[in-house]
Amino acid sequence: MASILTVQNVNKRFGGLKALDNVNLEIEAGTVHAIIGPNGAGKSTLLNCFIGRLEPDTGTVIFDGVSLLGIKPHEINQVGVSRVFQTPEVFGNLTLRDNVMIPAFAKRDGSFRINAWKGVKRETDIEAKAMAMLENVGLARKADEIAGQLSRGDKRRLELAMCLVQEPKLLLLDEPTAGMARAETNTTIDLLKKIAETGITMVVIEHDMHVVFSLADRISVLAQGTVIAEDLPERIKGNPKVQEAYLGGAHL
Amino acid sequence: MPTRNDMLLLTGFVAVVLAAPFLFEPIGAGYPDLLQKFAIFGIFAIGFNILFGLTGYLSFGHAAFLGVGSYTAVWTFKLLSMNPLPAIVLATLFGGLFAALIGFISLRRTGIYFSILTLAFAQMSYNLAYSVLTPITNGETGLQLSQGDPRVLDIAFGRDYGAVLPSSDLFGLEMTGYPGFYFCGAMLIVCFYIALRIFRSPFGMMLRAVKSNQNRMNYTGLNTRPYALTAFIISGMYAGLAGGLLAVTDPLAGAERMQWTASGEVVLMTILGGSGTLLGPVIGAAVIKYFENIFSAFNKSMLGDIFSFLPESLQSGAVSVASLFVGEGWHLTLGAMFVLIVIFLPGGLMEGIRRIGALARRKKPGGGASASTPAE
Repeated sequence: MASILTVQNVNKRFGGLKALDNVNLEIEAGTVHAIIGPNGAGKSTLLNCFIGRLEPDTGTVIFDGVSLLGIKPHEINQVGVSRVFQTPEVFGNLTLRDNVMIPAFAKRDGSFRINAWKGVKRETDIEAKAMAMLENVGLARKADEIAGQLSRGDKRRLELAMCLVQEPKLLLLDEPTAGMARAETNTTIDLLKKIAETGITMVVIEHDMHVVFSLADRISVLAQGTVIAEDLPERIKGNPKVQEAYLGGAHL
Repeated sequence: MPTRNDMLLLTGFVAVVLAAPFLFEPIGAGYPDLLQKFAIFGIFAIGFNILFGLTGYLSFGHAAFLGVGSYTAVWTFKLLSMNPLPAIVLATLFGGLFAALIGFISLRRTGIYFSILTLAFAQMSYNLAYSVLTPITNGETGLQLSQGDPRVLDIAFGRDYGAVLPSSDLFGLEMTGYPGFYFCGAMLIVCFYIALRIFRSPFGMMLRAVKSNQNRMNYTGLNTRPYALTAFIISGMYAGLAGGLLAVTDPLAGAERMQWTASGEVVLMTILGGSGTLLGPVIGAAVIKYFENIFSAFNKSMLGDIFSFLPESLQSGAVSVASLFVGEGWHLTLGAMFVLIVIFLPGGLMEGIRRIGALARRKKPGGGASASTPAE
């Protein structure tokens, strides 16, 4: 399989702390790749290097032939990377319909276009796309509600709809079930599984092992800024290095 | 084509503007000088609302663009023609150009820092107009017409005003009194229509997204800065046009039009009427200009007449209390009204209208609230 995202020799230092130490990753197209690791392992730092928030000291991040380093968030999205935030980020005072139509416009019209004369109501194909996507995530009947009033789980669904309506080549998920109750977590996992079946590439950063083992095709374990293991989920559990990282080297 | 509801709204708006002299007669506002002000400041507020109401960027320097529009219009009268059309076209253009410059710098910051930057630029323009820019602005005297003005286009078309100081005229129709009002009214209708199209367009949706969540917008592949800058320039053009129209109805431009109080006034108009709504800013502008004219005209003897039904001792007391709120003190009335509205109707007068509408609907059996319960 071809790799869609290649991370090579990425180093990042904050003062005396080495946050990322020669990280190498290959994400294969069409897979769900989870990045796990104990607190402070560098997961968020690594994610921030994918999305234009941080620039690594050395190394390269190549997505589909394009370097993601030194370009702005909106440019990263326009090359086909969508992301879901730890706390769902939606347009809180707009309707769900508008929330999904905005990314659909961004996909069609690019990062800036003055389309000020044609009414939104006449953009029927964009609206149909948005409604179909809301239907997919089970929010169609709330299309005219204001997004800020949704529950956390529903906001997550909406955020996923906003990402998916752009048909991204890569979907980045930062702890997609953080702060959710068990029932909400399970419905979110089901939805993510359904999305994964469409063949989209996903990178999931996650604490919750239940989520990781229900979704991932492949897992990378990060500890103290380096990738200490990369394998299939069923083999990661038995890996002694991983056990050591999670249990702090204590032999039980 | 706009939807049926929007067509109704537009038709209603046009009808009110055309019939304004009769509609406002009963409340003592049916004369052209005041109606002109309603229209001109309505345009100013509609434009301001495209920036503030949609993107949430609170500019405290929009009077600068109003001033630039006025100066541009008076210079056009002096150099080119007394016809109002070139004057307002150029005023709109220069308002937009000036806004592009100030917006480009100010939009590097958001929130209060953005507001302070715009305020600083506007005060700078105001002070420059009084000092180094005196050759252009004529300083404290204000920019005026004179008999020696070249007016090249008028001369070229054989129009000679002789020894009198001309006033602006549209192909012979003088822009004073009712013709002046209807000229401004026509501009108001055009401006309202453009704002309506922007509000209902995908571009308007993007501007609302800027207000809602810029972080999400960036990660959705949209570049927020040019959207905010375009809104800033459009609102600067509206302000330039309003400034130009002020000069059309009275060909004189002074720097006091650019002072921060004038910038604050358009903020008050927009919030009072209801920011983010289409009609709100126009209503806010009309209410403030109405109060300014009516209350500032009251004097002690008029108050004495009003309270003449009271016994002598109470009458003088009532008059002295009430006189605080009228004449020079009309700002106190405006302030009190503003405080009441912001506390009880945070959405402005438009929210009040909406609440009354909802109340009326609830009273009708079978309508409104009861019908909105889903049947499923």
